[in-house]
Amino acid sequence: MSAAAGIPAAYPAEWRTPSRGRTAMFALIIAESALFTIFVVAYVFYIGKSLSGPTPRQVLDVPVFATICLLSSSLTIGLAERAIHRNRVGGFALWLGVTICLGLIFLGGTAIEWHKLIYQDGLKIYTNLFGTTYYSLVGLHATHVVIGLTMLLIVFLFTLARRVGEQHAERIGVLAMYWHFVDAVWVVVFTVVYIIGR
Amino acid sequence: MGENSLRLPSSIDLAPSRRFTETFPEWLHEWVVTVDHKRLGMLYIVYAIFFLLVAGAQAIAIRIQLAFPGNHFLVAQAYNRFFTMHGTTMVFLVGMPILFGFGNYVVPLQIGARDMAYPRLNAFSFWLTAFGGLFLYYSFLGGGGLYGVGTAPDVGWWAYAPLTAKAFSPGHATDYWALALIASGFGTLGTAINIIATVISMRCKGMTMMRLPLFSWLMLVVSSLTLITITPLTAAQIMLVIDRYLGGHFFDTQAGGSAVIWMHFFWIFGHPEVYVLVLPAFAIANEVIPVFSRKAIFGYPAMVAASVGIAFISLSVWAHHMFTVGMTSVSNTFFVLSTMMVGIPTGIKIFNWLATMWGGKIRFATPMLFCTAFLYQFLIAGLTGIMLSVAPWNWQLHNSYFVIAHFHYVLVGAIVFCIFGAIYYWYPKATGRMLDEKLGKWHFWLFLIGFHVTFDTMHFVGILGMPRSIYTYQPDRGWNTLNLIVSSGGIIQGVAVLLFAINLIWSYFYGQEAGNDPWDAWTLEWGTSSPPPPYNFAEDPVVRSRRPLWDLKHPEDPDWEYES
Repeated sequence: MSAAAGIPAAYPAEWRTPSRGRTAMFALIIAESALFTIFVVAYVFYIGKSLSGPTPRQVLDVPVFATICLLSSSLTIGLAERAIHRNRVGGFALWLGVTICLGLIFLGGTAIEWHKLIYQDGLKIYTNLFGTTYYSLVGLHATHVVIGLTMLLIVFLFTLARRVGEQHAERIGVLAMYWHFVDAVWVVVFTVVYIIGR
Repeated sequence: MGENSLRLPSSIDLAPSRRFTETFPEWLHEWVVTVDHKRLGMLYIVYAIFFLLVAGAQAIAIRIQLAFPGNHFLVAQAYNRFFTMHGTTMVFLVGMPILFGFGNYVVPLQIGARDMAYPRLNAFSFWLTAFGGLFLYYSFLGGGGLYGVGTAPDVGWWAYAPLTAKAFSPGHATDYWALALIASGFGTLGTAINIIATVISMRCKGMTMMRLPLFSWLMLVVSSLTLITITPLTAAQIMLVIDRYLGGHFFDTQAGGSAVIWMHFFWIFGHPEVYVLVLPAFAIANEVIPVFSRKAIFGYPAMVAASVGIAFISLSVWAHHMFTVGMTSVSNTFFVLSTMMVGIPTGIKIFNWLATMWGGKIRFATPMLFCTAFLYQFLIAGLTGIMLSVAPWNWQLHNSYFVIAHFHYVLVGAIVFCIFGAIYYWYPKATGRMLDEKLGKWHFWLFLIGFHVTFDTMHFVGILGMPRSIYTYQPDRGWNTLNLIVSSGGIIQGVAVLLFAINLIWSYFYGQEAGNDPWDAWTLEWGTSSPPPPYNFAEDPVVRSRRPLWDLKHPEDPDWEYES
């Protein structure tokens, strides 16, 4: 039997499918959004339903500085991405380092805030519904910041070891998508916890 | 020859020769460390079939207990554990893994790819899922905690609050339920992301989205739905764990928490989950029905649109599980109407399958028998679903055996039938041998009869008022004969499944040689050897239509002349 029956070509000369990294990260972001949605819904549903104090208005301060740091880290990682696309590894390392620092400042802000809440105001996760929903939602977001920072730090170490170049631009773009998502979620969490819920 | 690298299935001989020389540890090691999508797919399927037998045995124990009034086969506590584990196992350890197993095995072959987009993530997801299942079953030993005798979860697969609170469920049984499902949920999520990336990014040359075989299309839809279905359950279970371990109050009614919000969260997961399970069944029917009717699928774009439509509508119907909770009449009306709307796209699908069969040269081999039965049974399941979506009717029948009969008609009558059909259809591809047709026909007819004896009768028990989840009943309720009939049907199904298990093992060693393309099918997985080599295709295929093998076998009348 003849090996092949010819089928004339009728596909675009250049066959390209979407990037699998971006597709997968997009899917992960959708899944994570659903996860956060449930926690946000629970938070909103339980606003003002605590049977005992302390209430958000009594103890929560708006973390303006930490928020500015986290949101501007989206800008700096964008600059890092642009640098690696142009194969400027030095600039990439600089902006990546700044991004990591901004993320760490944000986490530090959360740590200070929680320390105050726990030791000064006596708000623990089992104190009341506010404590339960607050620590779960903000903690879930902080967990994502920690995961993002870990990945950024790994890339940073590889950059210092001179192992990162232009060829990694797409992967770094995928990681940046995750970091933008973490920032975007903070906008929602911030609005719900510190503006609507307070 | 041109640039096409596809070859007629009959001219391919790539199958790795069966090796019996390797030692058992070598063989085991190969299967444990594998990242090959075909092996992982088979691991998923074998894992699921194992738990199918386990949960099936639990169902039979439940039915023996209910066969006679005042029976003492199972004590009440054991009965609760058995129906909890039966439901949890069937949904999370049988339904999801087996469908993702088929997705894993078939999708890369069908789209002409070498493997999934992320082979290692694939292996990780499988082992996470497997760990979740074993962890759940370990609860039989460790569920009571250090001081207890050991129990499995007994809170129902829906685990309503506040029964799951520490005060009402002491010990660790409920924690095993939550933690095992969180673990397997992450595994499911990994596979879902993997399938999406595979279908979107790994398609071979010429395979546009509108030439994608419907099986792969539906797996894409299912995986996307899984992303937003499993995560709410994971979130709710994390909240439950916070409640139980850290003293949180999410579902603690004593501290202002709400038990009803658990129901909402659970069914926001639970109802789309039904479609996560049934859409792959549709996907299987989409492959089997055209091949055995010898016609291209009728209304391909409508099938795609209907599948996406079902996925969307399924996100807005969850509270039809909660009519008896007492919602406002506005929400009742909304959920009645949205539930009824599911009937439109599913109706389109049923008519398209019928139109595919219409005028075709139908071959009633075992896969087709199962898919034909699926069509009728799914129709009935859909109709009782419409009945239950009417709020007043639901108030009457909620939590009765009518509901049990309805959803088993979907889960068994539609999904399990299609899964059996799929195993008969793709087993030759995976093993190189046909499943025995004679045993297959016995399996089909016994299972069909057993299914109808059990679940048709169960509707009547439900209408006569028998509630679900009771471990026994009094003899003067008028349910005795019907329950005995239901239980005897269960035994017939058990025998049929045993025949099937025997067939699986016997045919692996003694089955008839299948060849590369035993069904004269049209999608790419039949264009390589049986079993396929680890690299799937010697050269990357190029396709011009939805039925690349048809084009190859019929160069005088190719499909691409008709598809725009």
